[in-house]
Amino acid sequence: MSFINYSSREINCKIVYYGPGLCGKTTNLQFIYKRMNPEARGKMISLATESERTLFFDFLPLSLGEIRGFKTRFHLYTVPGQVFYDASRRLILRGVDGVVFCADSQLTRVDANEESMENLRVNLREQGYDPDRLPMVLQYNKRDLPNVASLAELHALLNRRNVPEFEAAATTGVGVFETLKSVIKLVLIDLKRGGRQ
Amino acid sequence: MSRGNFILREPEYEAFLSILRKLLADASAKVVFLVDKNGTLLASAGDAAGFDTTSLASLAAGNIAATGGLANLIGEKEFSILFHEGERDNMHISVVAERLILVVVFDRRSSVGLVRLRVRQASLRLAEVMAAVAAAGDAESGGIEELTEADIESLFK
Repeated sequence: MSFINYSSREINCKIVYYGPGLCGKTTNLQFIYKRMNPEARGKMISLATESERTLFFDFLPLSLGEIRGFKTRFHLYTVPGQVFYDASRRLILRGVDGVVFCADSQLTRVDANEESMENLRVNLREQGYDPDRLPMVLQYNKRDLPNVASLAELHALLNRRNVPEFEAAATTGVGVFETLKSVIKLVLIDLKRGGRQ
Repeated sequence: MSRGNFILREPEYEAFLSILRKLLADASAKVVFLVDKNGTLLASAGDAAGFDTTSLASLAAGNIAATGGLANLIGEKEFSILFHEGERDNMHISVVAERLILVVVFDRRSSVGLVRLRVRQASLRLAEVMAAVAAAGDAESGGIEELTEADIESLFK
């Protein structure tokens, strides 16, 4: 649910990075934070455990410039990936405008990806969203590691909606901005349609 | 949850601002913020210059969401008021009209009791304005629907 302020001519949209534990959601945000112009980014907040696992969420506000006289602000959030933090994930999905599903390409994480995708769909439905219509982009992360599943396998398992998909290695930034750009486009196109289902 | 966008226009924004300014004075507060439950700042009154308002809005919404989760665990719908006491400054956070969050920062020049009383009064007026926002939101949105692919692409140049 985007927030449009006609008084200050601002559009605010919420994008959530979702995916299994340790798939690289926080790393995506950290890379974006490092590479964005300081004037375009706000402060990155990480509510993490001592071992740097996301406890509640990471938050990174971005201002990307103006369209049609409106300042555009995107609020990027991650969710905690571990299975037992489901309550937190549900809360963070409230008011979401677009989702990046970050999958871990390693063969050993295939089941975790599927479980997380199913969990996303359930939690979106619980928040009143149609998981088949919400703007979504898939990122196949950790492509730089050995023993990864093929793109065809990952596509067949996770991308039944046939949404835009990107290969990535978030630690080096490969695919990070392509993913972000794609989800922002989808969110703005959805906004243009009125954000209605 | 509705998927309709939250559209705030000038008259309602000014109405929010006027209520916040009155609350600021009546409660002897330092600064007052109005945030939506998704974590976006709608308006503020007082000296907000020293605050990271974007982070504050996001964390206030996260705080309400988290305590809402706690409330559910004991069979409550949500906790409508949160109070954080600091060494110097305090923060009173309350839910208004189910969709808004009112954050009042105050120090020793005020008191929790006074803030609670004034927040209750302001909340009623904010809820009235919010009803007007909801009613206007059903009308034509005006401008955004004309976005083109080229407009969107221009963001990334």
